[in-house]
Amino acid sequence: MNLRAIKAIYIFEMARFFRTLTQSFISPVLSTSLYFVVFGTAIGSRIEQVEGVSYGAFIVPGLIMLSVMTQATSAASFGIYFPKFIGTIYELLSAPVSYLEIVIGYVGAAATKALFIGTIILLTAFLFVDLRIEHPLVMILFLILTCLCFSLLGFIIGIWAGNFEQLQLIPLLVITPLVFLGGSFYAISMLPPVWQAVTMFNPVVYLISGFRWSFFGVSEVPITLSLGAIAIFTVLCLAVIGWIFKTGYKIKN
Amino acid sequence: MNAIVSIQDLTKIYEGGFQALKGVSLDIEEGEILALLGPNGAGKTTLISTICGMVTPSSGSISVGGFDIARNYREARRLIGLVPQEITLEPFEKVINTVRFSRGLFGKPADPAHIEKILRQLSLWDKKDARIRQLSGGMKRRVLIAKALSHEPRVLFLDEPTAGVDVELRKDMWQVVRALQEDGVTIILTTHYIEEAEAIANRVGVIDGGRILLVKDKQALMQQMGQKELLIELHDPITAIPVGLEDYALRLEDNHLIYTYDTAAERTGITKLLSALAEAGLVLKDVSTQQSSLEDIFVGLVGENG
Repeated sequence: MNLRAIKAIYIFEMARFFRTLTQSFISPVLSTSLYFVVFGTAIGSRIEQVEGVSYGAFIVPGLIMLSVMTQATSAASFGIYFPKFIGTIYELLSAPVSYLEIVIGYVGAAATKALFIGTIILLTAFLFVDLRIEHPLVMILFLILTCLCFSLLGFIIGIWAGNFEQLQLIPLLVITPLVFLGGSFYAISMLPPVWQAVTMFNPVVYLISGFRWSFFGVSEVPITLSLGAIAIFTVLCLAVIGWIFKTGYKIKN
Repeated sequence: MNAIVSIQDLTKIYEGGFQALKGVSLDIEEGEILALLGPNGAGKTTLISTICGMVTPSSGSISVGGFDIARNYREARRLIGLVPQEITLEPFEKVINTVRFSRGLFGKPADPAHIEKILRQLSLWDKKDARIRQLSGGMKRRVLIAKALSHEPRVLFLDEPTAGVDVELRKDMWQVVRALQEDGVTIILTTHYIEEAEAIANRVGVIDGGRILLVKDKQALMQQMGQKELLIELHDPITAIPVGLEDYALRLEDNHLIYTYDTAAERTGITKLLSALAEAGLVLKDVSTQQSSLEDIFVGLVGENG
């Protein structure tokens, strides 16, 4: 294992994160605060409790997931796409590093960024709503797994993307809708039966539900199913990445 | 001499079916400067990229320092530094950080003294905290070299190091290359500037159409294949080569008779030619010779191949 290479990639990527602190840190915090003001305070004050939890608190896990998923995906996809775009990937390909080490470096850095943002949002939430976390360890585990899983997904997108438009395509057209429709801001039980059934095909539902369970102890799908879903999702991403490196897809001639 | 890089029957066919390398075999000796000379599209960059790991060969094998580049890629790649043809650098990062990054990527522990030495050698030390986008093109190229040297490679590949570089910087670059050779680094550079090969290489390889046409010691190459031209300026203009001189393959240009001969040949035929000229009644105004350059040799070789 070339640990120094992993460290070098990780530090280099984190430096990019801190260089663009406004974009990568202040903007998610600001937008989350806006969500709290608009949904939590303005609209939430007219909504009864959802599943025994005040609406302001109910949306916290969904909001964190929304940010963590989009930030992990965009950080990881950009992280590996940028060297491809400007050509510095030659150095990675000619260095004595294994593909696994490259993935650990980039995905680790992206997951760290997402985790950082998720934590900041959680802390921000405490300022706005009265929040309790019933299963803190499960919460942390879920948060970390989600960061990792979506960073892996982002890595795949970054490798696949041939231009900046494609880089944005999946986050905008797939991930954001899935997260919004995955029960970030509402309980699935609020939907008409037909849509409840359709929603069950949305993988994000299982993640948000599981994460919410760690906060409030109530969930719409069993927690084991949620954990299973994120495990399957992670394994799928790992398999695709394994295939990418085995074939050199889009990175090597 | 030991071969530090050994290439056997290397071929590369790209996905579209284009065959960039058609069975290349080449031994690169430790400590030499080898110039790979060839026109655009000859396969120079593909060859270097394959040795360095960016292109997967279709067949054949390569070893660096005795390590197979596929089976023992870590050991092989640790020995290699690569300066790519295009300037590819993270624009927003500081010079020193990007050089440190390269060293880490190659698995070497941090060594500020070594990094400082390289940056000073390349006149980059004053710019160490500058962002890369603030540097001039020539400076950026130096940064690429600094990155390639950061992990103390034993073999350095320079892919067209002086393409688009002004004369001054080119001379600087050559000095850097010579200094590296003195430190024991083996250097392989590709170029399509013949003067570059002529100025710094120990050996010259000519590559075209995915084949190595020849690899020779530069001096020997120039001597062996070097031809000289004898220029004879006539006192009185003539319009055709006089009768009796047909055997000499003379060319007539601007009132000059030009005779091409091989310097290595036992008999150059000059004496006979001169007496034949006298017999033909020609009065000579001036006589001079010129040595053909590597360029003429190169054009000759590539022309034959095409």
